[in-house]
Amino acid sequence: MLEGMLTAAAIILSLSILTCMYRVIKGPSMPDRIIALDTIGINMIALVAVLCVHMKTQAFLELILVVGILAFLGTIAFAKYIEKGVVLEHDRDHPDDR
Amino acid sequence: MKINDVILQTAAKIVVFIILTFSIYLFFAGHNNPGGGFIGGLMTAGGLVLLCLAYDTKTIRKVLPVDFRIVTAIGLLVATLTGLGSFLFGAPFLSHTFDYFTLPLLGKTELATATLFEIGVYLTVVGVSMTIILSIGEDR
Repeated sequence: MLEGMLTAAAIILSLSILTCMYRVIKGPSMPDRIIALDTIGINMIALVAVLCVHMKTQAFLELILVVGILAFLGTIAFAKYIEKGVVLEHDRDHPDDR
Repeated sequence: MKINDVILQTAAKIVVFIILTFSIYLFFAGHNNPGGGFIGGLMTAGGLVLLCLAYDTKTIRKVLPVDFRIVTAIGLLVATLTGLGSFLFGAPFLSHTFDYFTLPLLGKTELATATLFEIGVYLTVVGVSMTIILSIGEDR
């Protein structure tokens, strides 16, 4: 019973990642692709959690937090690059006199 | 044009502490669970990168006046010294040992000298990744 439900959840999450991949490849604008990549990261977290239950182990629970932090950092870096053109600024208050 | 990103800065102030706490947890969990100096150092560097993203590198260099190249050197020195320390007891290079101690708050605790080596790995990883990111990121 539980195995069937876990398999179904894994298949549904994989389909969700596949549809997000369609948006990454096809997406007309750059923010579409970034949001799709962020959603792929969130789905990967859920897939790791399902895998943890399936393998009856707690060894991958740290991975959930790590992937969450990395998806957050990557999305912020891409968003800042799109908005400002730079990822790390030297001086925020005086951006012209570097 | 000044861009006001107060949401990012307020979120970063809270999230950075969560990330740094998680990195310390990963560092100390490395003996018996997944984790260790490498991933702990990378997570610490990730938290500092989040600060650099939310603010600017000038502010980060002011609030964190650390030359990360020196951090790398200190890490390598610590790792080498823990290897040389085994010579004091007539053991081969990089021999490690552990023992059980009764600490006042923690009770019976296993203290291993491998943790000292991991501190070296941690400092080296933090120093190298922050040096790379800061020297690439500063466009001047």
